[in-house]
Amino acid sequence: MTALRHPVLFWSGLALLLAGLTLYALAAGRYPVPPARVVAILSAGLFDTARTWSPTEQMVVLVVRLPRVLMAITTGAGLALCGAALQGVFRNPLVGPQTIGLSAGASLGGVAAILAWGFGPGVTVGAFAGAAGALAAVLAMQPRGRVAPVLTLVLAGIVIGAFCSALVGFITFIADPETKLPALVFWLLGSLATAGWPGLALAAACTLAAGAIVLAMRWRINLLSLGDDEARALGCAPGRDRLILLTAICIIVAAQVAVSGVIGWVGLVVPNLARLLVGADHRRLLPASVLIGAAFMLVADTLARDLTAAEIPVGIVTAVVGTPVFALLLHRAAARGRAA
Amino acid sequence: MIGCRAAGHAYQRGQWLFRSLTFAAPSGAVTAILGPNGCGKTTLLRALCGIAPLVEGTIEASGPVGHVPQATQADLGYLVHEMVLLGRSRHLGRFGAPGRQDRAIADDCLAQVGIAALRDRRYDQLSGGQRQLVLLARALATGADILILDEPASALDLTNQGVVLRLMRRLADERGMTVLFTTHHPEHAVDVADHALMLGGGAPLFGPAAAVLNETNLSRLYGVPIRRVDYRIDGQGGAALVPLHGIRRQSAGGSPPG
Repeated sequence: MTALRHPVLFWSGLALLLAGLTLYALAAGRYPVPPARVVAILSAGLFDTARTWSPTEQMVVLVVRLPRVLMAITTGAGLALCGAALQGVFRNPLVGPQTIGLSAGASLGGVAAILAWGFGPGVTVGAFAGAAGALAAVLAMQPRGRVAPVLTLVLAGIVIGAFCSALVGFITFIADPETKLPALVFWLLGSLATAGWPGLALAAACTLAAGAIVLAMRWRINLLSLGDDEARALGCAPGRDRLILLTAICIIVAAQVAVSGVIGWVGLVVPNLARLLVGADHRRLLPASVLIGAAFMLVADTLARDLTAAEIPVGIVTAVVGTPVFALLLHRAAARGRAA
Repeated sequence: MIGCRAAGHAYQRGQWLFRSLTFAAPSGAVTAILGPNGCGKTTLLRALCGIAPLVEGTIEASGPVGHVPQATQADLGYLVHEMVLLGRSRHLGRFGAPGRQDRAIADDCLAQVGIAALRDRRYDQLSGGQRQLVLLARALATGADILILDEPASALDLTNQGVVLRLMRRLADERGMTVLFTTHHPEHAVDVADHALMLGGGAPLFGPAAAVLNETNLSRLYGVPIRRVDYRIDGQGGAALVPLHGIRRQSAGGSPPG
């Protein structure tokens, strides 16, 4: 099951699925554009084709939908990659970007920025500062001079996450219900509705740069997943490797939260799904998580957009879809007697 | 060669597990470390493998060490050849991944310990004996000339105990490796070891196995009277160690009482 029997078929199938979903997401909506015309609009920049589409259609595809679709792909790929890496590093398939306090830290920073300056560029700064602060606090809670066991790191993450969530609740409570609260709540619920080119540029740049580091360390994550003792005996410095990975993950999560608020469950569910398909080896698991995460997020965001006349925050969709899938995975693991 | 000089360790100040320990396990030989529970065997192994430092003393090794732990905690479902491939990590750097040559070495190591057929099985679905052999193959894949095994036979049935012990002997004899192992089975040490180190029950004792593993030393080490019985069966000679726990006593006539 876990050994890929037809790797070429699998990877090209996954890539095709993502391409198909992208096309569908660009075509579907309250103003439908036929897929063939979407392809023509997209390729107009590359080839000199006759204009068979209306200016409105071009506007809808290139200005309204394309940044949002690319944002969904970036967000899903980044969060799933972070989740897969974290699960390896912490040797626990129930860990995600939310578990170790990064998302909560970033949302605290963002919420504080909204409270102080309203919704604007300050949110980005706040989210980065919050995530970095949470990571620093988690690392500061590790015993000094001794080898930190992985469990204390996870527990510290849970503590910091709970603390940040409490402060977020407090800020929500004191925020002005007329001016600040609506923006604050909508941002907290997670949405790609505000996605534009500047936000996309930020998220994509951070995800690509930090994601490249995580992907390059895919073999090291295999090694870290054996535990510190074995990793050290096999010639790696687990503390330093983990710090590099956590910093890269922190950058991806902060950028994502800054641009689209907290979107949960993607980083938890997708790596588990990917593990069922390609096995535990992070050389395959990380790329598979990237592709499946992007596809998952595209589906979730298209549903969030089109399911009802009003926009549903995508964080709600990912949670509603993610939790049953996760419960199923947990049940399977328990049935095999290896409940993590 | 691997050993230590004036080594000592204490988890609490003043309570030494062992101290003034100096020994050198030579290459091309098998060295056994014996001692009761809690005497510091695993602590010493961890220090020799570079996992955790000792409080005092120096470790001396002629090269990198291949470590065979009692069990691995890997729980994510790796395949056997992926586990063995992890042994190549030292040669790959932080951002590297194994290539064709590494895969060939890993497959070769699987064949050397006789489990090439398990290559594509999931590690967490193997029996204890098979897992031990996978970890042994992984340690070989590191390319190290020093092999350190933590109670390699403790979880194995009699057949697999023989497989692992014979393999250790062969690696020392044929490839000149330094093989060092801890054990709770003094008879295993008598069977395969050239040298023995005794920890616990006074000052550490190191020397040729034949000299160290005598009745007096072993009985004192474990606090149980141990008799050495030399035998010759079907033309093959050997020695067996018999611990005299004296739980079920038999009368001199041979029939059990009652």
